[in-house]
Amino acid sequence: MKTEKRSPVSQRANSIAPSGIRKFFDLLASMEGVISLGVGEPDYATPWRMREAAIYSLEQGKTMYTSNLGTPELRQELSRHLEQRYGLKYDPATEILITVGVSEALDLAMRATIDPGDQVIMPAPCYVAYPASVSLSAGQPVMIPTVEAANFEIDAADIEAAITPRTKAILSGYPANPTGAVMPKEKLAAVAAVARRHDLLVMSDEIYARLVYGIEHTCFAALPGMQERTVLLGGFSKAYAMTGWRIGYAAGPREIIAAMTKIHQYTIMCAPTMAQVAALEALRGGEESVLEMVADYNRRRKMFVKGLRDIGFSCFEPKGAFYAFPNITITGMSSEIFAEKLLQEEKVAVVPGTAFGACGEGFVRCCYATSLPELEEALVRIRRFVNKHRK
Amino acid sequence: MFNKEILRILEKDGKLTPKQVAAMTGSTVDEVSKAIKQAEDERAIVKYKALINWGKVGNEHVWALIEVKITPQRDVGFDSIAERIYRFDEARTVYLMSGTYDLAVLVEGKSMQEVAEFVTRKLAPIEGVTGTTSHFVLKRYKEDGEILDGKEESKRQAVIL
Repeated sequence: MKTEKRSPVSQRANSIAPSGIRKFFDLLASMEGVISLGVGEPDYATPWRMREAAIYSLEQGKTMYTSNLGTPELRQELSRHLEQRYGLKYDPATEILITVGVSEALDLAMRATIDPGDQVIMPAPCYVAYPASVSLSAGQPVMIPTVEAANFEIDAADIEAAITPRTKAILSGYPANPTGAVMPKEKLAAVAAVARRHDLLVMSDEIYARLVYGIEHTCFAALPGMQERTVLLGGFSKAYAMTGWRIGYAAGPREIIAAMTKIHQYTIMCAPTMAQVAALEALRGGEESVLEMVADYNRRRKMFVKGLRDIGFSCFEPKGAFYAFPNITITGMSSEIFAEKLLQEEKVAVVPGTAFGACGEGFVRCCYATSLPELEEALVRIRRFVNKHRK
Repeated sequence: MFNKEILRILEKDGKLTPKQVAAMTGSTVDEVSKAIKQAEDERAIVKYKALINWGKVGNEHVWALIEVKITPQRDVGFDSIAERIYRFDEARTVYLMSGTYDLAVLVEGKSMQEVAEFVTRKLAPIEGVTGTTSHFVLKRYKEDGEILDGKEESKRQAVIL
């Protein structure tokens, strides 16, 4: 009897697109003297007061599980923090869940709300995990391109035009990775109106909320009538330079948080205890560090974006996160070829825009959370490269 | 009115050129140069110096923190005695303190003997100085916000989406 060989991998796992730039990463790993603008994290180590708090907690033997939701202290402090920043009231007992980074919170939000075939609309280019998180919940990601000419902001009309009877949610991530775009309040309010009109949920990834320059971040949940339909996703990684600690959170309607907590309890139990201690310390005493780091990113942002423009790139002004997203079409190369050749010829690593969706073609993501001398050297190398290849 | 942003940047790295500072602040080189000149003229920027880790050089000087008690004088308080002390090159840092003593004087010398001589022959005999207590520095860990040894290196992965 002969049978077809079964695939050991599930159809669902197969349905997520593999990273198209594996080859590029492998090349990078084998090279020395590379200036990497390909990172997605601060170049600061976590401020000492957070590290010290975690060390002390270990000395005190705080090594056990916490509540599934996270420690009550951290949820209370977070609740206060969200009220202070955005005027939002979340009940720490039922409306806040501490997760393993925003990544987990995003996954839980999808799994708790998306049924097979449900559509989730998301502006693109966007963080690589967005479409994947929807696909893993058997939902259907619907990418709405945003464009350089419109500062990579979402146009409410584009969202509305993409709505079908299967549309369940909008997944938005501003300040944006990879573009550095920030949504102005009135434009976000227009998107919120669409969500209300069509009874859609909003998953709002605001991990870069604190990293904005000369513009105020608008919290999606704080717009009128939005708290009841928004799952606010946030975390400590970017603002407090705590990427390796893996602490994020979700704040939202009780019913959704309860469903997310169920899944979290069966898959994760609780976020790491010592990392929760560090996160609490960040909220209580990390503000000075945040302001200092933001001021420093802003200096590098101005210097780097000006440098890119001086080379001849069109580069929209990123007002958030720590990425610049220059348009590289003056070289006549595709994003992937540009990134690959730049790495081979000048040893500067950037990420092709296409890694963040097809509409990222013609752009590359450069992270400026890198030391000033390295940024200057990177600009010298990129200039040489562009002069050689300019069409 | 000083440009505080420019001063903050230079406080961290005094070697930055006006061109670099201009790029970081989004101003023109001319604006930055003017702001720097004004700050220098009005002594908001006092000096540009290198922070040397002499322990590394193997030419370590001797440092001592001297607590100085003084009797304040009519009209001028502590200022005139403080001035008599801070005019000595050996006195590297001089602060007026609250608490159990009045002046904190950080003294630098080539040897312990040199510091001791300065304290006993110059500082202690000044009229109005009623007592000194010397604490020799055994090791300098951190100076002016900078950790002298064992800087943390960034260990980031090269590409993270």
